[in-house]
Amino acid sequence: MINEILTMNGYGLYVWSAFAFTFSCFTLLYIVIKIQYTKEKSKFIAKFGTLNSERAAFAKSQSINKEILSNTSSI
Amino acid sequence: MFKYFEPNKIFAVTSKAPKYVLFLFIVILSIGLAEALILSPEDYKQSHSVRIMYVHVPAAWICLGIFSSITFLSVVGYIFKIRNFFLISKSLAPSGFVFNIIAIVTGSIWGKPTWGTWWAWDARITSMLIMALFYLLYLISWRIYENNDKVFKVTSIITILGIINVPIVKYSVDWWNTLHQPASVNILSQSSIHISMLYPLLIMTAAFALFSLLIFLMKYNTELIKIKNKGLDRL
Repeated sequence: MINEILTMNGYGLYVWSAFAFTFSCFTLLYIVIKIQYTKEKSKFIAKFGTLNSERAAFAKSQSINKEILSNTSSI
Repeated sequence: MFKYFEPNKIFAVTSKAPKYVLFLFIVILSIGLAEALILSPEDYKQSHSVRIMYVHVPAAWICLGIFSSITFLSVVGYIFKIRNFFLISKSLAPSGFVFNIIAIVTGSIWGKPTWGTWWAWDARITSMLIMALFYLLYLISWRIYENNDKVFKVTSIITILGIINVPIVKYSVDWWNTLHQPASVNILSQSSIHISMLYPLLIMTAAFALFSLLIFLMKYNTELIKIKNKGLDRL
């Protein structure tokens, strides 16, 4: 049964390589986008840390900034 | 109506959505893979090589769908000056491009056992390659003109030119004699594909659409944070 699924009547190499290529692309794209996201978020948190209390309070009054700083926005 | 497309309102939803979309994607993909690789029958002519269809066709459908959406959003965004539409288009493009590459490469792999060749300068394959070039141009434009208002005009022109290619991709198999088979799944007329193959195909399409939604949400959130980073600089 397993051997049949792997070889697929001699077409296994084609079928498995097509699926492997597809999911390698998915994984690579996910990792690249995730790295970009983490980098931007870390940059935002670092910048926010350098603000004085008055500016930080003003920035925090915006809901989107609060969302970015909260953990819920992590993937 | 456009106030609902304001980034501040959207971010509250898009920042929480990815984890649920990822979960749903894994569930649907697992079902799709079991159907596509084990449960669905082999073709009487193509034998097991037909299983490549379950990644090739959804990838091609979604890459065409994304390009059409990008064009629509870019044109409407340019006419009504809605910058957020450009942000949505920009966030859709990476997954569209990757799906385009997947469709070309898996099509090439499928071509070897079916036609006896990895590549042919056939109308469908060539038009798909041209589409990949338009995606590439679009992505490169964003890199080049990132901090410039010119980017909206340039990317809109690229998508308008690229959309001409979409009906060519779709109808190339009907307009010219090609190696590629005509469409087996039709919305308006009777589909020639058997139901036992149609279901796995639709499940895999749903999984791929969810993946593209996941990548879109992650990229869109990244772009919004990038804008907010610039906002902090101006404080």
